[in-house]
Amino acid sequence: MALQKESTPIFSDATAGTLRLIAYLALAAILMVLDHRNGWLHRARYASAAAIVPIYKIAAAPADWIHDARTAFAQRRQLIGENRQLREALLLAEARLNRMDAVTHQNERLKQLLDTQQLLGMHAQLARLIDVQLGPTRDRVMLNVGAHEGVHVGQVVIDSHGVMGQIIETLPHASVAMLVVDPEHAVPVMLARTGLRGIAHGTGNADQLVVPDLPLSSDVKPGDQWVTSGLGGRFPAGFPVGTVTRLKHGPSGMFLEALLKPAAELERSGEVLLLREQPDPVGPPAPAPEVGPPDSLAPTAVAQPDLRKDRPHPALRARRFAPPPPPAGEGDERAARVGGGNPASSSGRAGTGALQ
Amino acid sequence: MNRMRAQGWAFWAGIVLALLLMLIPLPATIQPLKPYWPALVLIYWSLEATDRVNIGLAFCIGLAADLLNGALLGDQALRLAVLVFIALRFGSRLRFFPMCQQALAVWLLLLNNHVLQALIRAFAGDPPMPALSWLAPAVGAVIWPFVFLLFDDVNTRVRGKGAKAA
Repeated sequence: MALQKESTPIFSDATAGTLRLIAYLALAAILMVLDHRNGWLHRARYASAAAIVPIYKIAAAPADWIHDARTAFAQRRQLIGENRQLREALLLAEARLNRMDAVTHQNERLKQLLDTQQLLGMHAQLARLIDVQLGPTRDRVMLNVGAHEGVHVGQVVIDSHGVMGQIIETLPHASVAMLVVDPEHAVPVMLARTGLRGIAHGTGNADQLVVPDLPLSSDVKPGDQWVTSGLGGRFPAGFPVGTVTRLKHGPSGMFLEALLKPAAELERSGEVLLLREQPDPVGPPAPAPEVGPPDSLAPTAVAQPDLRKDRPHPALRARRFAPPPPPAGEGDERAARVGGGNPASSSGRAGTGALQ
Repeated sequence: MNRMRAQGWAFWAGIVLALLLMLIPLPATIQPLKPYWPALVLIYWSLEATDRVNIGLAFCIGLAADLLNGALLGDQALRLAVLVFIALRFGSRLRFFPMCQQALAVWLLLLNNHVLQALIRAFAGDPPMPALSWLAPAVGAVIWPFVFLLFDDVNTRVRGKGAKAA
């Protein structure tokens, strides 16, 4: 009896509670769907950034304290050792830079010669990581610069060793970057040694990337370095992405998969660079300017039928097959050597002859 | 009145602490084992002060946690609402369990929470969580006695002080 008396109000309470739970579950489900479709969360986070970012700073404080304490109590000898190591690294880096300077100058000259002035004016902005964990995995990092400092979504994040990721969300004074190891992240890459192209996907594992769908016959070995290929226009070309640690067959057995170790020190980087200006999107090269003498110089009798048949101008053909203008004296000899036994160049020679 | 206010301070301090602990990173190897702190705090309060916690409050705290965590708005709100609902329903029984049984119940609650999280991630199309993270509820259950004792201590002190002041 006593049980029954008590159970009635509890039961009605419970029904009300269940109804309320169902209402809240429905509300949460609606919120999740809307957020997934429209990205409400980002807008809400942007609006409440003034309140949120200080909380991140507080949450990051213990890690900073630990780091400071470690620095403060580090052994002197250890510091000296570290100092020496860093000095050596600096020297090495400087030597490398000097070499790079020379190579850059040479490269610039060559590019000017080729008339392709696609030099990227790259400006980088230094940013510090705010050490907090976003989401259940560690594939996103928070940086201490945001929209007010000129950061925008899509900017590339690098450290001194290679590509780290890209900005996916900006707050007024902070921003969130997706690391290359995030399973939703992919970078167009190129094998530095052979130029083989691929796409490096994140695996969710902090020290692994994967380049799937490589042909079985492709020339890849452990230790090879992959760099960004610049295709797609988001990542500038030539930044290290990772080195091959292992090769294995893909799930279908028809392709190779290369497992990479990311080049950037994702676990250790404290300061990173944001690339300011994105390179121009890569497209087909501009059509080559027409070379050769003007049409007026060509003998009209030959030119007319050729134009009707949509073939290159005979003068152009001649220029293409002709040997370079011979220096005085040995010209005849060279022309004979180049054209020896080759009908195409002999016709070319004939063309040049006609021209002259 | 004063006592209630003091208890309120203790409650909100616990929630804020739990949210901060959720954000603080750990070394990468033990990162997946990190217990879900807001759930532990809410379980304690739904056992000890049934009038302070309700589903709506849990929902709002979950929304705040989502806002901080930046994963999916409504995810933690849903999970905490379910958790508090179950904890409130069985709270009057759980409170009198010996500590090890209570820890077992907490493990089940956290495991349920983890399953919900995995389901939500699957629906949202996110990659699955690392396998090691399935041990996180067990870690939460192991930590539970300490959390319980700590909060109980704070709670009795606050209540005692509040009573004296009143």
